[in-house]
Amino acid sequence: MKKKNDFRREPLTDTQLLMTITICIFVAMYLMAMILLGGGFLHAQQVFDMLNDNASLIIVSCGLTIVMIGGGIDISVGAVTSLVVMSCVLYLNAGGNIFVSVLIALGIGLAFGLVHGFLISYLEIQPFIVTLAGMFFARGMTTILSVNPQKAEHEGFKALRDVKIEIPWLGYTAKNGNLIPARMELGVVVAIACLILIFILLQFLRLGRNFYAMGGNQQSALMLGINVKKTRFMSYVISGLLSGISGYVFLMHTGAGNATNAAGMEMNAIASSIIGGTLLTGGVGNVIGTFFGTLTLTTIKKIVVSSGLNQPWWQSITTGGMLCFFILLQSVVLGRRAKKKKA
Amino acid sequence: MQGSSLLQMHHIEKRFPGVLALNGVDFELRKGEIHALMGENGAGKSTLIKVLTGVYQKDGGEIVVDGESVSIRSPQDAQNKGISTVYQEITLCPNLTVAENMFIGRESGAWIRQKQYEKRADELLGRLKIPARGGQQLGSCSLAVQQMVAIARAVDMKCKVLILDEPTSSLDDNEVNMLFELMRSLKKQGVGIIFVTHFLEQVYAVSDRITVLRNGELVGEYLTEELPQVELVAKMIGKELDELSSLKEVDEKKTKEQAVLYEAKGLSSTEALPFDFKIRKGEVNGFTGLLGSGRSESVRAIFGADKVTGGEVRMKGQSAKISRPIDAMKAGIGYLAEDRKRDGIIAELSVRENIILALQVLNGFFKPISRSESEAFADEYIKVLNIKTASRETPVGSLSGGNQQKVILARWLLTHPDYLILDEPTRGIDVGTKLEIQKLVLKLAEEGVSVTFISSEVEEMLRTCSRLIVMRDRHIVGELKGDELNQEQVMRTIAGGDAKNGQ
Amino acid sequence: MDNKSKKVFGLNLGQLTIPIIAICLLVIFNLIRDPGFFAIEITHNNDGNAVLAGNLISIINAASELAILAIGMTLVTAACGGQDISVGAAAAIAGSTFVKILKTPETINGWTVLLAFLCACIVAMIFGSFNGTLVAVFKIQPMIATLILYTCGRSIAYWINGGATPTVESPIIKAIGSNIPGMPIPTPVLIVIGVAILFKLLFHFTSLELFTQSVGINGSAARLNGINSTFIKLLSFIILGVCVAFSGCIGVSRLGLINHETLLLDVEMDTILAVAIGGNSLGGGKFKISGSIIGAYVIQMLTITLYAMKVSSTDVKAYKAIVIVLLVVIGSPVIKAKFAKLMSRVKMNQTRVSTKGAE
Repeated sequence: MKKKNDFRREPLTDTQLLMTITICIFVAMYLMAMILLGGGFLHAQQVFDMLNDNASLIIVSCGLTIVMIGGGIDISVGAVTSLVVMSCVLYLNAGGNIFVSVLIALGIGLAFGLVHGFLISYLEIQPFIVTLAGMFFARGMTTILSVNPQKAEHEGFKALRDVKIEIPWLGYTAKNGNLIPARMELGVVVAIACLILIFILLQFLRLGRNFYAMGGNQQSALMLGINVKKTRFMSYVISGLLSGISGYVFLMHTGAGNATNAAGMEMNAIASSIIGGTLLTGGVGNVIGTFFGTLTLTTIKKIVVSSGLNQPWWQSITTGGMLCFFILLQSVVLGRRAKKKKA
Repeated sequence: MQGSSLLQMHHIEKRFPGVLALNGVDFELRKGEIHALMGENGAGKSTLIKVLTGVYQKDGGEIVVDGESVSIRSPQDAQNKGISTVYQEITLCPNLTVAENMFIGRESGAWIRQKQYEKRADELLGRLKIPARGGQQLGSCSLAVQQMVAIARAVDMKCKVLILDEPTSSLDDNEVNMLFELMRSLKKQGVGIIFVTHFLEQVYAVSDRITVLRNGELVGEYLTEELPQVELVAKMIGKELDELSSLKEVDEKKTKEQAVLYEAKGLSSTEALPFDFKIRKGEVNGFTGLLGSGRSESVRAIFGADKVTGGEVRMKGQSAKISRPIDAMKAGIGYLAEDRKRDGIIAELSVRENIILALQVLNGFFKPISRSESEAFADEYIKVLNIKTASRETPVGSLSGGNQQKVILARWLLTHPDYLILDEPTRGIDVGTKLEIQKLVLKLAEEGVSVTFISSEVEEMLRTCSRLIVMRDRHIVGELKGDELNQEQVMRTIAGGDAKNGQ
Repeated sequence: MDNKSKKVFGLNLGQLTIPIIAICLLVIFNLIRDPGFFAIEITHNNDGNAVLAGNLISIINAASELAILAIGMTLVTAACGGQDISVGAAAAIAGSTFVKILKTPETINGWTVLLAFLCACIVAMIFGSFNGTLVAVFKIQPMIATLILYTCGRSIAYWINGGATPTVESPIIKAIGSNIPGMPIPTPVLIVIGVAILFKLLFHFTSLELFTQSVGINGSAARLNGINSTFIKLLSFIILGVCVAFSGCIGVSRLGLINHETLLLDVEMDTILAVAIGGNSLGGGKFKISGSIIGAYVIQMLTITLYAMKVSSTDVKAYKAIVIVLLVVIGSPVIKAKFAKLMSRVKMNQTRVSTKGAE
């Protein structure tokens, strides 16, 4: 009883407000697609496809959300993902061990995170420049490893790649009468696990809250006795580590390494975070919002394709429009809030 | 009640490039006392505080806490040693909740216990009568409440030494009294409080002992009851006091015959309620009232600093439309804003560029002032206003508060305004410069410039203004002139009730 | 201390220290590696014109687009405290417009080129003001605001060309992209010089510099001094739009075709880098255009050096990253402070030694 009272008394925080808006819009958009377009949108598999295709994007977006909450930016995530994919493929094809390949993925991600974190927090270099260098380095290293696409031939890995979790009751009956169960890849499980872990980190752990404090007001955070340097360092380390995981998940999805893998992923991840209600100014955001941000981005693309706009440019133009809409909406909502407080 | 020594600082030294900010300063704080730290700006108060809280590292000397010599490496370190600070600027995170702000940075273990924090926060806030709830986002509270939350945080940290650095500048009288009550009750519990403020009356209202610094050196330590206010001021500025009172020669006789320069009818902005106002050529008038009474908002409306929503304005008898700062500037109005750091200086630009800025804007985008011309202007005003700067190309942010204020004054004087609005030009600057600015205001008036002067210190306004407009609750409640211009009358009008209306 | 560290060989270079040191290091490195690296010779191109050739020329020539973009980006950075990441995409749009207009009439003469360029300029300025409006009016962070155009700009370029990558063949376009007959210096270099002079004049005849810096450092104070900060921010984006049009058209003229995917690919990253290497704070405020221009040439010189060392064009990025990190680490405030401390200690030791010697 008392709980309910408390809930009614406290207005939503900025984070909660922006997240709620995103979730509502996503649900509304998906319902509209179900009603107007029908087809694939009526099957649960549509959602699973979206998750399968975007598991790695969800993972890097989580990392980016943390960095952005802390008031920073990491534009190396896509390139690191690509480097991890290439390294692991080459290692596996050379007859490596799956367990070691996972360690390689984590190791590369961690290494990038450590270097970024050190340069940004302890040498006080602008995060954009540092992670830009990281991005260049990772992309360059990927092509140095191999310019040509590499397909994973490792038997054990192939077996792992083909593991699909089947959920019969969410499936549908095809025209020939066969039941086709909903299929989910292993990568999605990893992504969901990452999502939950990061959510717990941000909501219930001291480190997570320190990220918010640092992004809210760095000077204050320092005065409140938070080790800002260490906190910032950790945000980049986590982001790097998640890029490593994302790389492996990417590989499990595509099964091949290519120099152009995950091209533009960093910007998609930033867009996901923004749509999910994370502010680049820091201090506001949540991974649940980011998750829905990713889904919103994907859904809009699917809707464009389903509505028959087949020219290649429509997908990105609508994505741009969508982004514009969310950015303006947030600006207006937060602006009105600030005005209200003043009055 | 007052007891043994809690904190001693011996021969503290601190150097900055080219400056000796603290030169062998001693300071002692005893258990259960409120100790005021006084001095002009640049005297070394804030430097001393920052050394004590670990923001700066001392270059020499010794700090003794509870009889033990310690070295303080960071604000966190200071907190662990029982030294808490509440700063003038809010040093909390607006995006977190009140409870989170009170407990962040000092909990142990990796997990946070949100529920428990909120409960404890609510208890403490209730006990201290602070109108906030633990679960509320801090950014949704008023600045005053945010300040109180910062104090609550320090109180909850069971600190031995509590440093209050200008805590009252954003609080109204009611809140100040609440704070004082809190300070007294903490004192009873044996906490030593270091109180830094510019308000002399507050020092006498609450402190037991006063330490005065000047130019980075210790002047002395005194018992509050043994040091008269006048002497305190003298010790702070190192000047004899008769100079302070010699200004009072304001003549109203001349201004009466002068033409009305500026007149507003029903002027209102998004921040200010409609009001009428006029000023004659060469007149010095003042807007007074408590913080939040609408005095700053009203003059901002005159300058068009906030969005003007209505009213008629006449400048030199002609109807004028002033809705943006640039309109006001073109009409010959200059405005020195209340918040120097936020609205005044362009910190990284040089003194020269800061001085020519307003004139450049008036000249227009396509008529830049040439380098040699701007150098001449800068040199002239550095000399006239006695601005202490290494050179005209020094970034203005590195100057002391008083000199920054003079640079902004120079900026407006260079535009040769007919009407100059000075909102708190003397706040947070040293007494010597205050005096110079007051003299300058009177000199300008003599030259035929109309001036509106706002100050938190009534005494200062009485010395300079020939007419005072009193505001309360965002309305003009009185206009005082001539014989009515005395402290008592002003106070009564501000306070309301049986006050005689001066109109 | 601060002043001392800025003085190099008795010269007070201020924020230009790092880019100039970088250029010096690259020159020395190249001269050691290959003394003839910077040799300039006169060769004849396919049309039989005498033209300058050599590594130095190709560095200066290839950096043209980057240098022009860096100028505009410096202004945006200074006024808004953020960067425009859509310059590459916007250049593709400008380039597409340029080609679209060029292809409309039967023949291409000087007037059509001028008209096409003006149209490209206007389109780029319109997109610039779109970004500028989001930043200045809606107060959205520049990087976020320009992310929109970054996402869809190249698709818009593709759409303008109707899903093709058309080529333009004309001696005039060729002259713009390489050399004007009879003029040995590559035309893009001449255009950069022209743009630089244009900006010099702009700064001399307007108060753009003072106003931009004021807005960038303290927007609130600037407003109360009568500066229209919304306008200044918008203006910086529009000026960047003009720079984008110049770069886009040069890029198109070099190849004689518009490819919306590859035209000035990743140039936004290089541009921001040029601004940062030039010693300008990416947080806005005080700026120096010359720094950014030198920064652009540093980046290009690095690239050409790597090419000369037989590094493949796709791998260049990795090496570039290492050099960037080295440069920014040297320029980092922490390292500077540590270095200054070390120097003063060395000095103290020296004086101690010398006084001992005197005894």
